Amino acid sequence: METGKIRKRIALNRFRDHLFWIIGLLSTLIGFVLLFTLIIDLFIDGFPRLTLQFFLSYPSRFPEKAGILSAWVGTILVMIVTAATAVPLGIAAGIYLEEYGKKNWLTHLIEINMNNLAGVPSIIYGLLALAFFVYFLKFGESILTGGLTLGLLILPMVVIATRESIRAIPNSIREASYALGATKWQTIKDHILPYSFGGILTGVIIGLSRAIGETAPIITVGALTFIAFLPTSPISSEFPFLSFKWLMDPFTVMPIQMFNWISRPQTAFHINAAAAGIALLLMTLFMNGFAIYLRYRFRKRIKW
Amino acid sequence: MSAIPSSPLKAEVKKLNFYYNLVQALKDVNLPIAEKRITALIGPSGCGKTTYLRCFNRMHDLYPGNRYEGEIILYPDQLNIISPKVDPIEVRMRISMVFQKPNPFPKTVFENVAYGLRVRGETRRNLLEEKVEKALKQAALWGEVKDRIHDLAFNLSGGQQQRLCIARALATNPEILLFDEPTSALDPTATSKIEELIMQLKKEITIIIVTHNMQQAARVSDYTAFMYLGEIIEFDKTDKVFTHPSIRLTEEYITGRFG
Repeated sequence: METGKIRKRIALNRFRDHLFWIIGLLSTLIGFVLLFTLIIDLFIDGFPRLTLQFFLSYPSRFPEKAGILSAWVGTILVMIVTAATAVPLGIAAGIYLEEYGKKNWLTHLIEINMNNLAGVPSIIYGLLALAFFVYFLKFGESILTGGLTLGLLILPMVVIATRESIRAIPNSIREASYALGATKWQTIKDHILPYSFGGILTGVIIGLSRAIGETAPIITVGALTFIAFLPTSPISSEFPFLSFKWLMDPFTVMPIQMFNWISRPQTAFHINAAAAGIALLLMTLFMNGFAIYLRYRFRKRIKW
Repeated sequence: MSAIPSSPLKAEVKKLNFYYNLVQALKDVNLPIAEKRITALIGPSGCGKTTYLRCFNRMHDLYPGNRYEGEIILYPDQLNIISPKVDPIEVRMRISMVFQKPNPFPKTVFENVAYGLRVRGETRRNLLEEKVEKALKQAALWGEVKDRIHDLAFNLSGGQQQRLCIARALATNPEILLFDEPTSALDPTATSKIEELIMQLKKEITIIIVTHNMQQAARVSDYTAFMYLGEIIEFDKTDKVFTHPSIRLTEEYITGRFG
């Protein structure tokens, strides 16, 4: 090819290059601008309502007196139950599948199942929980039921996060441990778990921040929308000072409170919903920020 | 097979066959391992020398579908270390290994060396410190790391990491030390340091080394086994193998005509 032709060709290639750059930028901007507008809108509507009174009041039929006390307490308690069930179960299952499970059709089946479970619509979990926890185990419409339901929902996420961070550990590290005479459990406890901890924790928190915003399965298991009291205190004045009665108490959570307000005709309630939305967003943001911090702390130490 | 070593034996391989599922990787290999001497295994890639080495500390037991046949007798107690009745953990506690690529744990220098002792239930701080220092001195690393013993091992250079792995393997006083191409990931300076170290160590410990590098085998070892396609073609004193090999294939390999 002579120089003139080559230059023309280059000009054309450059043009395509720029074209894609512009398309890419526009696509990114659309997503970003939309999200930003949504959040700004939420803030404009709800920010003035974010007073101490709002956080410390029960729901009320007067919008200016209503608050999210029972909702945020409920959310935190449900999250505690969710984390307490999904985290140990998920980590143990992930370790088993990676380190102990022999590669046969059964583990293969579990693996496929696990990956598909992560994509099951959350309302299906709600139906399962209604039949199993509420009716069969007779846990009722309680914090325990809500927490276990969301625990089930994020269990596959915890398992997958655990397996992925375990897989990131090079085999040479395992062999180094075994070559020194370590047993499987010693290898897991001293190496596999500590080195994959950052990744597991990140997965756990991302799972929890998904669970915190879930509405459908919680409605299905019968969380109430109007709760004008707090669950029994977990700390009691009499021996043994710890009480688990709160597990069986009825509850509401943030997204349900929001849903309830948004479905009312009065605008003042919509403002409440926006304010609750900001509070929920901040809770999620805080958890995600924590996840990023943890990942940073742990990954800094360990590079393969 | 010729040249039974004149020094006492630390181990003896008898008719060892090894299979990865249906693939036979080692065929009827025999080998005497002289005590406090260095035995080198050389041969082209894929000849089974690493497979052979990994039989000595039962590393193959970590993966499914592997099978041993025959005997590796460990002296003085005449234990057949590849017998299914012998716990691989016991074998690994008695026979240590240094791998091809340095593989320190992402822990401190101290914790790396102390790990073998911790696995054995040792928790006394002063004893751990004493043994870690001794092992680091044996591995000629103490002078370079004594002021940063609680730094992460990943901050050391590649050669230092490999000497750290040697210290880690030595800390538990193993009976045999296995080296699987210990210098293949290192530069020439680091390599010569490790070679010097290996020659120092044979005063105290029996060594088996797999190497790709024939000069390395010639420089450090007392006995050399040349392997090809899962068999031992020739075994003799290192001088003899490199100057007057008795088999043509050996000669062709060491003169660089194949491999």
